[in-house]
Amino acid sequence: MLQLIVNGQSVDTDATPDTPLLWVLRDHLGMTGTKFGCGAALCGACTVHLDGEPVRSCQLPLEAVAGRKVTTIEGVSADRSHPVQQAWMELDVPNVATVSRGRSCPLPHCSHATLPPRTRTSMSPCPATSAAAVRIRASAAPSTAPLNS
Amino acid sequence: MKQPLSLSRRELLKASALVGGGLMLGLALPRRATAAALGNAGGQPVAWLRIAPDNTITVLVDRSEMGQGVYTSMTQLLAEELEVEPAAVCVTAAPVGAAYSNALLGGQLTGGSTSVRDAWEKLRRAGAQARTMLVQAAADHWSLPASSLYASGGAVYDGRGHRLTYGELAESAAKLPVPKDVVLKPASAFKVVGKPHKRLDTGIKVDGTAVYGIDVKLPGMLHASIEQSPTLGGKLQSFDASAAEKMPGVHKVLATSNGVAVIADHYWQARKARGALKVTWDAGANAKLDSAKVSATLKAAATAAGRTARKDGDATAALAKASKVLRATYQLPLLAHATLEPQNCTADFKAGRCDLYAPTQNQIFAQLVAAKAAGLEPAQVEVHTTYLGGGFGRRLEVDFIAASVECSKTVGRPVKVIWTREDDMTHDTYRPAFHDEIAGGLDAEGQLVAWHMHITAPSVTARMFPSILEQTVDPFAIEAAANYAYDVPNVHVDYLQQEVGVDVGYNRSVSHAPNCFVVESFMDELAHAAGKDPYEFRHGLLARQPRYRHVLEQAAQRGNWGKAPKGRFQGISVMEGYGSYLALVAEVSVDRGHLKVHKLTCAVDCGQMVNPNIVAQQTEGGLLFGLSAALWGEITLAEGAVQQKNFDTYRLVRMNESPEIVVHLVESSEAPGGMGEPAVAMVAPALGNAIHAATRKRIRALPIAKQQVVKI
Repeated sequence: MLQLIVNGQSVDTDATPDTPLLWVLRDHLGMTGTKFGCGAALCGACTVHLDGEPVRSCQLPLEAVAGRKVTTIEGVSADRSHPVQQAWMELDVPNVATVSRGRSCPLPHCSHATLPPRTRTSMSPCPATSAAAVRIRASAAPSTAPLNS
Repeated sequence: MKQPLSLSRRELLKASALVGGGLMLGLALPRRATAAALGNAGGQPVAWLRIAPDNTITVLVDRSEMGQGVYTSMTQLLAEELEVEPAAVCVTAAPVGAAYSNALLGGQLTGGSTSVRDAWEKLRRAGAQARTMLVQAAADHWSLPASSLYASGGAVYDGRGHRLTYGELAESAAKLPVPKDVVLKPASAFKVVGKPHKRLDTGIKVDGTAVYGIDVKLPGMLHASIEQSPTLGGKLQSFDASAAEKMPGVHKVLATSNGVAVIADHYWQARKARGALKVTWDAGANAKLDSAKVSATLKAAATAAGRTARKDGDATAALAKASKVLRATYQLPLLAHATLEPQNCTADFKAGRCDLYAPTQNQIFAQLVAAKAAGLEPAQVEVHTTYLGGGFGRRLEVDFIAASVECSKTVGRPVKVIWTREDDMTHDTYRPAFHDEIAGGLDAEGQLVAWHMHITAPSVTARMFPSILEQTVDPFAIEAAANYAYDVPNVHVDYLQQEVGVDVGYNRSVSHAPNCFVVESFMDELAHAAGKDPYEFRHGLLARQPRYRHVLEQAAQRGNWGKAPKGRFQGISVMEGYGSYLALVAEVSVDRGHLKVHKLTCAVDCGQMVNPNIVAQQTEGGLLFGLSAALWGEITLAEGAVQQKNFDTYRLVRMNESPEIVVHLVESSEAPGGMGEPAVAMVAPALGNAIHAATRKRIRALPIAKQQVVKI
């Protein structure tokens, strides 16, 4: 049995240590908000926060996250009130949104609707989510972080 | 599909009370019309609307929500006449039923950018009929004339302080006859249709609670991972499951219609155990197929004449007499669909019944295929359509359905099959490759007098709807080509079907993207040959096409055509597709050979809109979809297998690579056009034309990354 902290709650799982965190979340814990798109850490659909930093959970084995804090889309807010969620709803661009996790899990201190540097390399699912990024970027204050990070 | 099938226009509206009260309102097409189109699809009356006694209103939407916004737009159409707020309504996916047939497609399918066009009048009528019955029920209750009452916000009022909610009225309304004739509101009175209502699915997608096919959970459900043939069209010969069967969590290993399935408690267990299978395959007819052969096959075939798709005047003679003749060969590759949610299906087989949960665009075929796999009648299969993580035409296929039923039937428990990204990319139905020969003739004054376009490509329709080809040239191979709109007296367009050995499929915008690339690139070549500005050249040839001309003007104006900043270059494209007119100005720079796409300015005239915000989203999303294909999109084959396996080798535009996109929507009172797909087609030609402006080099094949004209 391994233990991890998901959205502030301690959970035990009997998934094998090599099971990617993505499948621990989706299958063992039944939390399907984090999505499977490629299994190769290329698309960003599986993005969660590990100790506050965005990571691609499809290639992160359970044993690497045991005892650590995981935040999923389910834990970003209880009521869609996180600023990035609010920005998405304001601009009304979920479109496919099966892989918007990479975009809706910003750093906790992000207080306006810009996308933090690491999530900018997430792939566009239906490219409409890139369109969402276009809208969100256009509506937010300019960021000084380099775009190709 | 351009022409609606010839179904009887008579409608039969049935209403019946739910057990426990409530109104169900149905719209059923005559049984024989459905049977003529589909065989035994069944013709039970079904409902659009459920109104519960507590006034909860549920709309059943029969079109698949793949991000294109139909759950919202269909609800808006119904809500307009029903006099309810869309945000106050619950949406649920409709089951399979004759009433849910798309008249433009001939079955319960979502595709061809037809949903709004199909539902435009149908759902408003249904809403008006329901409202009329509810008002009449109130009139009966109050002993007042119905004309003295009005409906608003889900209730009926007498104007003197009395109110009855739809919930209170539903049971008695359901007993009333359904009015045959209803008067619909004029567009000037619309309160819901045409307004940028917030989408109904935004919240659940932003908080992760929306259930896509891949998210389905059923009690006792097991997971399956399937080893498929490495070559396209290969056949299973034998397999040794002895190692796989012993692995943790594994329940069963079996041969299915997709390949060898490993069923286990959890997905990861199934996936791992699948790696322990020993499988032998008969590589099949494609064992030696490679991309060079595909290209060579099309090129060799292209010397023969095809079926004529358009003939005005005599293009051959006019070319022979022309002062200047340009000829060119254009080529486009196979493409993948790459829905971000990989193919998946969940089946729950029980004696006498099967529940199917799938991200399908094709409820009617899914039901038939599942029934066959289950050994049941179609009416015994209930199809639950989930949200789709992208459709793009991939989910019109039903190749991922049967195996889940076969698995569930074998183990007696619900089974969810999930394809890996590699499974998905290497077992797609690919967008056809095209080989086009094109010629244009200019007279001594530089006027375009002849146009000859010869298209050679494999046919999706020949596999999916072959009966169409008995009557007509494949309509899905000649889009944006046969409708050549420029004012040229001699136009000849023909299409030659040439198969290349792999299954090809309908991929967002179908033949619009390949054909528009060729047409609008070659128009650019002719403009340059005539010494004319590409915008002026086109504009002059659209004098009799006001809707084309208007979007061209708008895109040029808003895109600052001819006034690009120093170092920036522009290209233009214009097209009609799905009844919508679009024009695009692309603005690029090429810095030491490196391409940067700065801005896309798109003008759209799609007639009357249900939701302008959704139209803008579909324009933006379609442009980016087309941009990915234009820059990098290519599926290659070697030894009968697809070489691209994941997004490292099949690239899609990333968020930080998106150009600035400006969309201008034309206000119009024309009939609605479809917008799910046409924007896709605009990008490659506008981009190619801009690159030519920057480099003087012409792009005649895609993807751009492979043409050694610019680095990307």
